Amino acid sequence: MSAIGKRELTAVADTGVLRFITAGSVDDGKSTLIGRLLHDTRAIFEDQLAAVQRATWKRGQDELDLSLLTDGLEAEREQGITIDVAYRYFATPRRKFIIADTPGHEQYTRNMVTGASTADAAIILIDARKGVLTQTRRHTYIAHLLGVRHIIVAINKMDLVDFDEAVFNRIRTEFLEFSQSLNLGEVRFIPMSALRGDQVVEPGLGLPWYQGPTLLAALEVINVQKEAGLLPVRYPVQLVVRPGTSTDFRGYAGKLVSGVLSVGDELLVLPSNRTSKVREIVFLNQILDVAVAGDSVTVVLEDEIDISRGDMLCDPAAPPQVLKSISARICWMSEQPLSMANRFVLKHTSRSVKAKIGTLVDRIDINTLQHEPAPKELAMNDIARVTLSLAQPLFVDAYDVNRETGSFILIDEASNHTVAVGMIELPAAKA
Amino acid sequence: MSAVLKRPINASKTLPVRSHLDWLESEAIFILRELAGECANPVLFFSGGKDSIILLRLAEKAFRPARFPFPLLHIDTGHNFKEVIDFRDFRAAELGERLLVRSVEDSMKRGTVRLRSELESRNAAQSVTLLEAIGEFGFDAAIGGARRDEEKARAKERVFSFRDEFGQWDPKNQRPELWSLYNTRVHKGEHMRVFPISNWTEMDVWQYIEREKLAVPDIYYAHQRQVIRRKGLLVPVTPLTPPLPGETIEEATVRFRTVGDITCTCPVESTAATPAEIIAETAVTTITERGATRMDDQTSEASMERRKKEGYF
Repeated sequence: MSAIGKRELTAVADTGVLRFITAGSVDDGKSTLIGRLLHDTRAIFEDQLAAVQRATWKRGQDELDLSLLTDGLEAEREQGITIDVAYRYFATPRRKFIIADTPGHEQYTRNMVTGASTADAAIILIDARKGVLTQTRRHTYIAHLLGVRHIIVAINKMDLVDFDEAVFNRIRTEFLEFSQSLNLGEVRFIPMSALRGDQVVEPGLGLPWYQGPTLLAALEVINVQKEAGLLPVRYPVQLVVRPGTSTDFRGYAGKLVSGVLSVGDELLVLPSNRTSKVREIVFLNQILDVAVAGDSVTVVLEDEIDISRGDMLCDPAAPPQVLKSISARICWMSEQPLSMANRFVLKHTSRSVKAKIGTLVDRIDINTLQHEPAPKELAMNDIARVTLSLAQPLFVDAYDVNRETGSFILIDEASNHTVAVGMIELPAAKA
Repeated sequence: MSAVLKRPINASKTLPVRSHLDWLESEAIFILRELAGECANPVLFFSGGKDSIILLRLAEKAFRPARFPFPLLHIDTGHNFKEVIDFRDFRAAELGERLLVRSVEDSMKRGTVRLRSELESRNAAQSVTLLEAIGEFGFDAAIGGARRDEEKARAKERVFSFRDEFGQWDPKNQRPELWSLYNTRVHKGEHMRVFPISNWTEMDVWQYIEREKLAVPDIYYAHQRQVIRRKGLLVPVTPLTPPLPGETIEEATVRFRTVGDITCTCPVESTAATPAEIIAETAVTTITERGATRMDDQTSEASMERRKKEGYF
């Protein structure tokens, strides 16, 4: 256990990166919450605050508007709206955090889907005075659809309801009633006042009846590395590393997206269906005994097999499905509506194949969560179930089991735009 | 120990824990390999600055024992710190990789860059030379060391960021970017800017320099330098940035947090002489990296965004 052991010793407390999304509108205090997290973890700088102050005055407002911290584009500041997902960073001794801050109104679905795709956790903001609203359902559904494993319901503005525990309990019950059908994983409820800072980073004084962790403490202990490590090995090959004539080194560069890979492990190679064993796991000048999910390494196999970019090395005891037609939920991202005549390039892991829509099964109304009969076309922000036929097979898992091998994007062949994103569904019996 | 671990489920307790630097490093390696796998003719911007030094380390980890699948390119304004240019040449030679240099002064001779005076900042003019170089070599992707925490326009930029045939960035019409599925496709004449360290902060950069024991140009560490105090910044005294009438030259102990065109880059007062000391300072600083050091970003709320739309890094 050469290099890894040493790394572990020098970074005992550092548990990596947690990505999360905040869902809610300005009215729910979303900007205030993000501002509070950044401020209390010392991630806002004086010159940034001064710039926000100037921009606030320029808009003719008095109160400091922290949304201006993340509204980075000229058009956003001109129009006073947020156009695009912004990424913000802060760190504690335990880990680094990446916030995807998504706009609350314009093109909401498209932006929240984008932010949620890489999020480990979602903070669903509820105004304690208003309780569960349509938008709460919408945000929760999208977080669930995109496979966000950890949902934190932040019941904010508790100071405006006299920090009343009964209000908190009533909203929690309301939320659990509607979310029952979604089969969410772990849901945590935290009462807070982002404005005063209660239960965000510090416990504060207003909520003595609440015994749980603060928001930051809850975010610090979410274990993400373990989850991907428990799944079967999936190693999409990105590149073949062959330095040339002076050596016979031949390695397969890629990222282990799930599972744990050790020297000596047997691997199945797709699509060739050959098997071999791991001879070496190379990481620059180090030889590793083991790679864990998330590691970018280079794998050397015992046998010479024809392997190229887009192939996948996987656990022979639990291989992915090899499919030339797939069912998926897609979110349409383009201003041009979907027409059945469109031809696409589908990108899945390191593999790109030609694809076309087979059938449009139904459309999901994200406000009522009802499935509607198949529409003729899809417009931007629509979420629908479709079948796709593919020119070559893909090696897939269900998205709700493995995000990395269950997701894809559709690129329009003519314009090269990313027009849709998809989450693969598999029949439960086969999974 | 790992040889006996048959199923991961039994192994979860003894598995190595990955730090945030491991996570960032792996993400960046993945991005570089996607670029190498999908782009026909990429290039990496290497200036000798700390962010691009990190890119080279990541490229080693992505591609060794093979050579890099791209050359290095520096757009030289002719107004760079000598220490940084020397380091640039040294590091490229040490790695055995090909370094291309294209110079703003050549664009000035061609007449494609016209400046009002010899002392005017050539920072924005780099965009012209840069796009000329991309056209000259037919590059379809250019790797840069920009980070989202540096500047608010950059906070919204994609990892694979599309540039049209005029090299322009259209921030309002960016391609959606989800999971780690990057759309790298361009038509002829268009190109991608690729930012593998988008998610790194200044702190991450110094922690990585410390962990990997990376050499950086000396001027990143504390040294004695003649400076002038001007509008809250410490302006280094050089032939390009002489004192104005009435200004007093003083000797100060400083370091550079960023290195760029001499005419617009300022040092900060500091005695930090090692990465560990810089990390300690970075942890308590109250001013952003560019806020403390760059004259060109201060002109307006959107000066970086406007430069980027014109083809800047």
